[in-house]
Amino acid sequence: MKADRYQYHDYYQINDLLTEEQRLVQQTMRDWVKQEVTPIIEDYAERAECPVHLFKQMGELGALGPSIPSEYGGGGMDEISYGIIMQEIERGDSGIRSMASVQGSLVMYPIYAFGSEEQKRKYLPQLATGDMIGCFGLTEPDHGSNPAGMVTRLTKDGDGYRLTGAKMWITNSPIADVAVVWARDDDQKIRGVIVDKEMEGFSAPKIEGKWSLRASITGELIFDNVYIPEENIFPEIKSMRGPLSCLSKARYGIAWGAIGAALDCYDSALRYSQERTQFGKPLGQFQLTQKKLAEMITEITKAQLLAWRLGTLMNDHKATPAQISMAKRNNVMMALQIAREARQIHGGMGITNEYPMMRHLMNLETVLTYEGTHDIHLLITGMDVTGLNAFS
Amino acid sequence: MNLLVCISKTPETTAKIAFTDGNTKFDESGVQFIMNPYDEWYALVRAIELKEKHGGSVTVINVGPAANDVVIRKALAIGADKAVRIDAEATNSVMVAKNIADYAKANGFDAIFTGKETIDFNGSEVGGLIAGYLDLPFVSYASDLQHDGTTATITRDIEGGVEVVEVSGPFVLSAAKGLAEQRIPNMRGIMMAKKKPLEVVAATAADAPVSVTAYSLPPEKGGVKMIDPENMDELVRLLREEAKVI
Ligand SMILES: Cc1cc2nc3c(=O)[nH]c(=O)nc-3n(C[C@H](O)[C@H](O)[C@H](O)COP(=O)(O)OP(=O)(O)OC[C@H]3O[C@@H](n4cnc5c(N)ncnc54)[C@H](O)[C@@H]3O)c2cc1C
Repeated sequence: MKADRYQYHDYYQINDLLTEEQRLVQQTMRDWVKQEVTPIIEDYAERAECPVHLFKQMGELGALGPSIPSEYGGGGMDEISYGIIMQEIERGDSGIRSMASVQGSLVMYPIYAFGSEEQKRKYLPQLATGDMIGCFGLTEPDHGSNPAGMVTRLTKDGDGYRLTGAKMWITNSPIADVAVVWARDDDQKIRGVIVDKEMEGFSAPKIEGKWSLRASITGELIFDNVYIPEENIFPEIKSMRGPLSCLSKARYGIAWGAIGAALDCYDSALRYSQERTQFGKPLGQFQLTQKKLAEMITEITKAQLLAWRLGTLMNDHKATPAQISMAKRNNVMMALQIAREARQIHGGMGITNEYPMMRHLMNLETVLTYEGTHDIHLLITGMDVTGLNAFS
Repeated sequence: MNLLVCISKTPETTAKIAFTDGNTKFDESGVQFIMNPYDEWYALVRAIELKEKHGGSVTVINVGPAANDVVIRKALAIGADKAVRIDAEATNSVMVAKNIADYAKANGFDAIFTGKETIDFNGSEVGGLIAGYLDLPFVSYASDLQHDGTTATITRDIEGGVEVVEVSGPFVLSAAKGLAEQRIPNMRGIMMAKKKPLEVVAATAADAPVSVTAYSLPPEKGGVKMIDPENMDELVRLLREEAKVI
């Protein structure tokens, strides 16, 4: 890829709404992405290899679980700072952001929210530094959009339990030291289990052939009668509220993150439209190109406002899952459409790895699907406004 | 070892440069500011490294309005222990240096670091002026600094090579590339920076005898002229008469 000439775009001066600390977080993460992510990302994505070394770097930066309290190794930061971190990382690549959001929102958050004191002390500090890598197993081969239908079983066995079943499409799983897995117990209740890599009967094969999130490793989780001691079970939580509250955290991060991918594409398109001339004038002087660029920055600005307001609601503990769902759906689709339009503005060059759009475009197809597909989120908003459940 | 690092803000390198007030003032509207890279990457980081080795503390100082606090906080996030902002618009190098020198004199430091220049006005003056006001040795363009606690061995960049000098006792240094390696702050540093002291003090020196009469932008680059390779005479003529380079 060419030198990273990315510049942030803040059409509505939303940065004025940020605290000094949040602006510092933004600048810090932007500098890090420029130094460590964009120079290597096309190469890793092309080879479909995960830059595992970035876990440690993100750990050192404090980008893993930044809103977890500092006594457990987290940053003790507010939700807007967390959102900004996700946005800047995803400006680099959605795959790298996925590594970080799984670790922070789907592994550290449930251990923090539902884990025993011993579980928190054992896992959180190491997850925060990136010395330990985590993954989150909810989706199953036959239960994606409907996770409540899960068939992975947790059956009582003496002092502990036995875990049987399989999870599918699990980010980080082949390189994970620990997996937070959701399973159904003898009472049909949904329980959260911390599975350690060394446990007998546990394997995590890699899923090959992905054309999306190629720099993020994805795999399965297979549990062949794995013995789970009682101390590895989340003590209190016994319902879908467990995994769903993690998803709310992660979806919130994605609502910010997707804007990063959109900004990267828009920024590249804006620059290209000023530098490339056809018919004796810069592309940016053609009305059709201007329409594309004008719509892009408008949609980005709307998404930024949505994310910022959602962040304040999160900080006040007032954000509803439906509000989070709306922002995830809107912002990801916005980013996907901008990636396409931005790709078009680059003409033939737009399909190469000299520019980031194709990679973002392919990545965003996953982002549109995971953490609740676009359509499922439409139904969540639909249910919220009509009071009628389209799922049952 | 108590070290004072002078930090200044500069426009981000991609900022659009324009002037107001009859071309006597830089137009700051819509411009994003950063810490001057020579101050941040080299002077500040080397000072923090010395503190980590010898103990003591690193104070950063800036002359400017409250809007500069975000840049100052960054220095604290990177690892400075405390910050001082002299509450006055930084109008020129003389008043900036005088204010810093007054503060340094009142508080006593083992060394004062500046960047070799700011990347906007390129004055390269503040360090030398501070040294002058305080009657201290000034070592400019330092690209390496070793300190055993009493004596500093400093490598200076000079035309076509380097010069190595030794300084004992307090001194003022201006930092060039190579003195240290950029440190990106981490979230913990950013959170801690909030709790570190940022003292705002009144200016001791007001204006100075130097004022700007006008700024102007460099002439716009002309378009490229293509000349047929067969037509060397025309090329020579243009180089001589238009470009005036031969
Ligand atoms: C790269 C990648 C990484 C992932 N990482 C993780 C992870 O770390 N952990 C994890 O647990 N999961 C992960 N997932 C899984 C992801 O969350 C699921 O793929 C997603 O929930 C969709 O499930 P599915 O693929 O089984 O599709 P399905 O549920 O089979 O959906 C197929 C299509 O049918 C539509 N559909 C389904 N039900 C309805 C309905 N009621 N009404 C209308 N339309 C409907 C969907 O919108 C979709 O378009 C990941 C997925 C990918 C691709």
